[in-house]
Amino acid sequence: MRYERPETIMDATALLAQASDSAFVLAGGTDLLVKMQNDDFEAELVVDIKSIAGMADVVETDDSFVIGAAVPCAALGEHEALCAAWPGVVEAANLIGSTQIQGRCTVAGNLCNASPAADSVPALVAANAQARIAGPDGIRTVAVEDIPTGPGKTSLAKGEIIEAIVLAKPTDRSGDAYLRFIPRTEMDIAVVGVGVCLALNDDGAVASVRVALGAVGPTVMLCPEAAETLVGTKLEDAALEALAAACSAASTPIDDKRGTVDFRKQVAGVLARRAALIAFERAGGSQ
Amino acid sequence: MSSIAVSTTINGDDVEYLCQADETLLDVLRNRLGLMGSKEGCGTGDCGACSTIMDGRVVCSCLVLGAEAQGRSIETIEGMANGSELHPLQTKFIEHAALQCGICTPGFLMAAKALLDVNPEPTEEEIRFWLAGNLCRCTGYDKIVRAVQAAAAEMRGEAA
Repeated sequence: MRYERPETIMDATALLAQASDSAFVLAGGTDLLVKMQNDDFEAELVVDIKSIAGMADVVETDDSFVIGAAVPCAALGEHEALCAAWPGVVEAANLIGSTQIQGRCTVAGNLCNASPAADSVPALVAANAQARIAGPDGIRTVAVEDIPTGPGKTSLAKGEIIEAIVLAKPTDRSGDAYLRFIPRTEMDIAVVGVGVCLALNDDGAVASVRVALGAVGPTVMLCPEAAETLVGTKLEDAALEALAAACSAASTPIDDKRGTVDFRKQVAGVLARRAALIAFERAGGSQ
Repeated sequence: MSSIAVSTTINGDDVEYLCQADETLLDVLRNRLGLMGSKEGCGTGDCGACSTIMDGRVVCSCLVLGAEAQGRSIETIEGMANGSELHPLQTKFIEHAALQCGICTPGFLMAAKALLDVNPEPTEEEIRFWLAGNLCRCTGYDKIVRAVQAAAAEMRGEAA
């Protein structure tokens, strides 16, 4: 295995573009180093991106937060403006692993690991986060939900690196939330995760909303049919019932030791209701 | 395979070593530098026995490459006592019998130190959440939590 620590993103993408298929980006390493312990896993090249300027910074601009790909999730919880603007995203990121893991793991890595149960991803998708991708042909920006294509698989081309996750500053009267179900209180893999982000109109009704489901399909998925159930409502019981039904219907989970299909479908609806109510309250809504 | 030359700071001392690209920081500490206090429990970031502090954050050294320590500041259990004078956490772990077999203890001490470095007055709940990444199969955790509370009180200058 070769270890490289380039100082520019161009050098990093060039290294990856020229490498064999067993080349990996190293940011926090909390997934990569675990994989490296497997005897059948072979990495020919590891490109550590932490010496590239800006990778470890959260930059607040007039209209956005730019989260560098190597920012540890613990640092998101310490960023007061980001916590105030996107509490659901930060809570989701801070659910990943132990204190030790929090000091290293990143949301860009959580996204690129492409687990359907990734905790930060439904919250990012609900927040309409964008991934800024550097590659041999320059920079492109895509919606976070377009990155994972299946368990462990992404739409990134050879030589491409997510250099930052970009969150727009939320509009007034908006709020987000993420909830997951795990059978214990901490440090487990989501059996179901739901992210909700909504904005209210002048009358206090839902003007726009995004709902994202995790661990109930091959990828984290945006669920527009669930979002539609809330538009124009103040989350009355009937609206929440419709939301829950839409989320359950959209879920196509697997049966495994952590949850059955029926259980996961039901819990997707339950968590969606609860997350929607939290987001609504954070948006300043009242029923 | 060519070795990588690394310059880093460990427990306040400048340290240089050579390591392989796929070698973890834990293996470097134990096998190359003779710092055997950090333990390997799981090797996959689940148990916390290898906890060290890197640039102020507690991490699992089994999930850090030795090469990544370049230019960083690393704290290990070997740097915790001041000469023969134990750190209050170490003293309170002994007084409260917060260890039995001892394999998890260096990791618990480093994680607890990282907590008290940023939060001198943690609640019991904060201590339990912070230390949730450190596994102990002997004590049942309660003695560890009491020891951390007692050490925190002493470090704040309160009577324990």
